[in-house]
Amino acid sequence: MSGMSRIVKTVTNVAFPIVMIYGLYVIAHGHLTPGGGFQGGAVVASGLAMLLVAYGSVWTMGKVKEKQLSVLESIGALGFISLAFLGILMVLLYSSFQGNFFNNFLINQDIIPIFNEIGRGLANINTAGVIPLMNFAVGLKVIAGLFAIVLVMAYATRLKGVKQK
Amino acid sequence: MIYNIPYIAVVALILIGLYAVIFKRNLIKIVIGITLIESGVNLFLITLAFREDSIAPIYRGSGSRIMDMSLPVPHALTLTSIVIGVAVLALMLSLIIHLYKHYNTLDASKIGREEE
Amino acid sequence: MSKRDFAAVIFFAIVAVFLVFGALLTHPFGEFNQENDPEMDQYIIDNTQNETGADNGVTAVVFDYRGFDTLGEATVLFTAVAGVIILFRRLKK
Repeated sequence: MSGMSRIVKTVTNVAFPIVMIYGLYVIAHGHLTPGGGFQGGAVVASGLAMLLVAYGSVWTMGKVKEKQLSVLESIGALGFISLAFLGILMVLLYSSFQGNFFNNFLINQDIIPIFNEIGRGLANINTAGVIPLMNFAVGLKVIAGLFAIVLVMAYATRLKGVKQK
Repeated sequence: MIYNIPYIAVVALILIGLYAVIFKRNLIKIVIGITLIESGVNLFLITLAFREDSIAPIYRGSGSRIMDMSLPVPHALTLTSIVIGVAVLALMLSLIIHLYKHYNTLDASKIGREEE
Repeated sequence: MSKRDFAAVIFFAIVAVFLVFGALLTHPFGEFNQENDPEMDQYIIDNTQNETGADNGVTAVVFDYRGFDTLGEATVLFTAVAGVIILFRRLKK
C-alpha cells in the first residue's frame, strides 16, 4: 500500500518515540506494577504498526527484511528456554542449590552477587531474581513476532501498477 | 437474580457469536463471530476471580497490612487465552487472503465444490 | 426451508437453553462459603513476597508458580508466526 499525506507523516515522527518509551517502561517494570512481557510487547508492536501505515509497506520492506525479524524472535525464545533449564544445571555445578525445572535460582544464595536482594519495601530492578530477565526475553519475542505478521500481510496485498504521488 | 448480571452478559456474547457462525455466508462475518465467542469466554474467566470487598493483587510498601485480594490464578489463565486468540486470528486471515486470490469470491457456499 | 436450515435452528435452540439455565443457576457473583474455599490462592497471596520477592502477584504466578503454561503459550505464538511467514513466501523464478 502507498503512504499517506505529509501531515500524517509529520505527526507520526513526533508520536513514535513517545509510544516506544511507554512500551519499554511497561516491560521493564513488570515485577512491580501491573504489566509485564506480553502487555508491553503489544504496546510497542502497535507503535511499529503506526509507522507501517504512515509510510507505506513498500518503503518499510526496503528498510527491514523479515529475516532480521525472525533472528530477533529466535533469540528471545532461546533465552526464555535457557533460563528455565539453568534451574536444573545449577544443581550439577554447585552442590548448595536445590533445583527443578523453572526454579528461581537467584534468590537466597551467596554465590552470584547481583539479583540477590529480597524483602518488603525495596523496589529496584534486581529485587525479584530471574523474573525481570524472563520479562525482557518474552517482550523481545512478542515485539518481533507481531511486527513480522503485520509487515508480511501488508506487503503481499499491494496493488501493482499504481503510481505513488 | 440481580447478582447474576455478569453471567447473563457472557451468555449474550456467546449466543450472538454463535448466530454469526451458523447463519451467515460471508467469510469475514464468520471470522468476526469466532472472535466474539473468544471475548465471551475471556470475560467468563475474569468474573470467576472476584471476592467481596477486595482489591487488585498488587502489594504496596512495607508499612501496609495485607487486605483482602482477588485471586491471581484466573488472571494468569486469561492472559494465555488472549494470546492464543490473536495467533488463531492471524492464521485465519492469511488463509482468507489466499482463498480470495484463487476463487475470486468470498461466498462460503461456492468454494470447494468440484466441477459437475 | 430446506432440511439443513431446520437442523441448524434446532441445534441453536438446544445450545441457547443449556447456556441460559447454566447462567441462572451458578453461585452469586463474588461469594465464597465453606465448600469452595480457595486454599491454593490463599497460600499464593500469603507467601509471594517472601518466596519470590516480586510486588506484582499476577507476574509471580505467570512466571514462577505456573511457568509451564507460559512455555506452552510461547510455543503457540512462535508456531503462528512461522505459519504466516511460510504462507507468503516469494519463490524466485
